[in-house]
Amino acid sequence: MSNNSANNSLVLLQKTVKQLRLEAGIRRIKVSQAAADLKTFCLLNANKDPLLMGVPSNDNPFRPPKSCALF
Amino acid sequence: MGEMEKLRKEAESLKDQITAARKAVQDLTLQDHTSGTSVVGRVQLKIRKTLRGHLSKIYAMHWGGDTKLCVSASQDGKLIVWDTCTTNKVHAIPLKSSWVMTCAYAPSGNMVACGGLDNMCSIYNLKGKDGNVKVMRELAAHTGYLSSCRFISDSEIITSSGDCTCCLWDIETGTQKTIFAGHLGDCMSLGMAPDFNTFISGACDFTAKLWDIRDGQCRQTFAGHESDINAIGFFPNGNAIITGSDDASLKLFDLRADQELMTFQDSSIMCGVTSLAPSFSGRLLLAGYDDFNCNVWDTLKAERVGSLAGHDNRVSCMGVTGDGMACCTGSWDSFLKIWN
Repeated sequence: MSNNSANNSLVLLQKTVKQLRLEAGIRRIKVSQAAADLKTFCLLNANKDPLLMGVPSNDNPFRPPKSCALF
Repeated sequence: MGEMEKLRKEAESLKDQITAARKAVQDLTLQDHTSGTSVVGRVQLKIRKTLRGHLSKIYAMHWGGDTKLCVSASQDGKLIVWDTCTTNKVHAIPLKSSWVMTCAYAPSGNMVACGGLDNMCSIYNLKGKDGNVKVMRELAAHTGYLSSCRFISDSEIITSSGDCTCCLWDIETGTQKTIFAGHLGDCMSLGMAPDFNTFISGACDFTAKLWDIRDGQCRQTFAGHESDINAIGFFPNGNAIITGSDDASLKLFDLRADQELMTFQDSSIMCGVTSLAPSFSGRLLLAGYDDFNCNVWDTLKAERVGSLAGHDNRVSCMGVTGDGMACCTGSWDSFLKIWN
């Protein structure tokens, strides 16, 4: 193994350890808190979710209201 | 090589620390928390529009901010900007390279971008003086294919590449501002945070990473998938991310709890996830698969509540409008369909 590639492996490993230290040190909240916030967000915004509530034809920009024209 | 051995041991110890720290906050699961919530009723979305015009497989689509305009990219060598309400083609942009894999619409509506096997991200100005759409910049530096791109503004764009890196570019000067390195496999997809301060990437090393755009750091890494992550996106409140993989599952990872909260899979689904999009409230998770279908999942209950069947080939891309009014699916069958 040449000196150069041995150096590269060392540098890579040093970077990996540095990154792992960073990720290990973050602050974590309890899953119960995270879950509660997700659920609350979904429920609070349910009324504003057209795909969930359905879209009445009048308000649907992709569906022109039916009109009957004979000319 | 005492140094190497010391570092390897430290790496293993840090990985164990992270696992323990994640477990330490796992006082409840998401499923426990939503056990009292009922599953949403059956979701039956209908095709409202079919966008016809591409002559080959569609690989990507992206909605234009809060509008009903969208851009699609096909290996017929064209980018088409559609008015999805009228199905009219606002622009049909011929590409230098037909091997396109991704496209993006700037939030301002002034530009679109695309790239693919040419390893470049090409930026097109839609609002040029003479009305013609021309290449404004060609961002070249990646040494692998361009898998995804997303505008931060008219002056900055983020790209992900098969060279295992993501990059923040200055569009004006055409130069790289920041390189985000760390993935050990091709970066396949990226998602922009609602506040534009961070972004997420999914890669062929089976992990997703959260990156700080300004300081270039990887803040968090999420493992759990058993194959390539093809699709990734933020949950609408910005506190969680969703990934879709070749392992036939989707996963929801919470950023503040730093762990997986839910897996969306079914023994009857055996093909990879190609694309995903949450509905406006996040309650529904729409996902496109290799088997020509899309499934609609109840995010809080991990149950399938609907499916979108209408394509004759793989669903390669999808997106929900900014106001949540409709979902667009794009397919290898050369059509885009608008559903609600």
